[in-house]
Amino acid sequence: MATFEPVLTKGFGTLDLTDLAVYRKTGGFDALTKAMRDMTPEAIVNEVSASNLRGRGGAGFPTGKKWSFLPKDGRPRYLVCNSDEAEPGTFKDRMLLENSPFNLIEGLIISAYAINAKQIFIYIRGEFLHGYRTFRKALAESYDAGFVGQNILGSGYSVDIVAHRGAGAYICGEETAQLNSIEGKRGEPRLKPPFPANAGLYGMPTVVNNVETLMYVPHIITRGAPWFAAIGTEKSPGPKVISVSGHVVRPGNYEIPLGITVRELIFDWAGGLNPGRSIKAVQPGGGSSAAIFEEDLDCGVDFESLAAKKTMLGSGAVVVMDDTACMVRSAVTLNRFYEHESCGQCTPCREGGQWVHRMVARLEAGEGSDQDLRILSTINRTITGTNLCALGDSIMPFLQSVMTRFPEEFKAHVTQSACPLRVRKESAA
Amino acid sequence: MTPQREKRGAELIARYPDPRSALIPFLQFCQQEDGSVTDQAVADAAELVRLTPAEVESIASFYSLLFRHPVGKHVIQVCRTLACMLRGSDELQAHIKKRLGVGHLETTADGMFTYEEVECLAACDKAPCLQHNLEYVYDVTPATFDALLERWRAQSSTASPLPAE
Repeated sequence: MATFEPVLTKGFGTLDLTDLAVYRKTGGFDALTKAMRDMTPEAIVNEVSASNLRGRGGAGFPTGKKWSFLPKDGRPRYLVCNSDEAEPGTFKDRMLLENSPFNLIEGLIISAYAINAKQIFIYIRGEFLHGYRTFRKALAESYDAGFVGQNILGSGYSVDIVAHRGAGAYICGEETAQLNSIEGKRGEPRLKPPFPANAGLYGMPTVVNNVETLMYVPHIITRGAPWFAAIGTEKSPGPKVISVSGHVVRPGNYEIPLGITVRELIFDWAGGLNPGRSIKAVQPGGGSSAAIFEEDLDCGVDFESLAAKKTMLGSGAVVVMDDTACMVRSAVTLNRFYEHESCGQCTPCREGGQWVHRMVARLEAGEGSDQDLRILSTINRTITGTNLCALGDSIMPFLQSVMTRFPEEFKAHVTQSACPLRVRKESAA
Repeated sequence: MTPQREKRGAELIARYPDPRSALIPFLQFCQQEDGSVTDQAVADAAELVRLTPAEVESIASFYSLLFRHPVGKHVIQVCRTLACMLRGSDELQAHIKKRLGVGHLETTADGMFTYEEVECLAACDKAPCLQHNLEYVYDVTPATFDALLERWRAQSSTASPLPAE
């Protein structure tokens, strides 16, 4: 922990990186200068591929590989930056956008140059009004400084950035829903294939990358792929910003080398638990991830280690629940979320999400039955894997994991017609 | 369509390869002007991007930050998802509803406050959180909420509760 120096979040809290002069003093836009003057687009793609940078938005797909999928058929290409952060528990992109917009702009231009994009769109979540304004101001200054627009730094390459505000919809974080939303449509995911690389925005070849992913690109260009690959684990290289929330003493964003353990993250970085409390459940990868438990705390915070525990790193959102948390209540909030956010296109997600939420809410209210428990334990096979996008697959993982681990707590909600934790608390008081 | 809307519509269309992309930003602009997406705004948007009003309705209704009904001068959106729930959002919601005397997606009779329970606002480290006219308020307690409420009541600002830009 002591030897690791943060990359994206370096200077946060001490430097005002929304000030162009301050950003430049930290070496800002040196990578852009290097890329535009000394590197070909192919060299940039190769460098990013060699770093094995994996997408920081949730799926962890290798960025260089994504870039190399674009067909070479002369059609205009687009780069879309996904800043529609809304996965429950995730708050890293908002912090990055609000605190370091120039790093993002630098990453956008280098990446657009690497894939020869005609235009860049950044889709900023509608709720992030402050982040949108911060970005727009930084963008105007970047145009004035010649980092964006016509003939960037004399390279002959020209590209514009359009900042597009979302209007409230979690599903627009799904890449094809996001493309539809930019096109002025309902944010409904598309059937894949065709993938955005072939038929994306306006039907043209398109790359969609997450904010944090693009922000690492300038650092890889300046410091080289071997530097990046040496951080983290072999298959999950680099640093990553992890959002830690829930029942910890110091919730916040922590930029860590991937591969530290969940225990280290919670106790060494996020200040541990409140006095006298113990860990009940941890969601390691946002609202869509299955929970892990006390016996799993030595698992690494990286793509492979968490996949081996049948859960995921996802967007890097760690939500900690201590022994005071009711698992049924926790599940209700998440199942209500997925019910609310389903776009409604696919029946299993739309109907399944509603039924599951209603059944869990019934249990929580003390009105559930054994039949509800039975249905909840088998409904997974008709919901998961039966929808166009991953939202439907996100309905069951948390619920299933905590029902399996704490069956007696779910059962007690039926037999006592109330939450056993609340009953215990009230009788103690 | 008012000249102001026509001008804004043209500016937005110029940003994109396809005029239809201007639809949602245009509705946001209209909402900023009128306080919600009015029937007139739906008609204007349909004319601007050459869709039917029904198609515009279908799109506008998809997005939670586009309001088809008038909202109050102050839009209070409280996060209700897991991380905020773990740190007291349920109790905060109950307190606010009692203070305002309205429920989810309702507006007080004096037209001052609209209350909504919303999904994860991406401020889980400062839970429970809310947005007031799309600006964050962090680590909210019933007591800090009461103090804010007094301040909002005393405000004479005419700024839109739902800014477009």
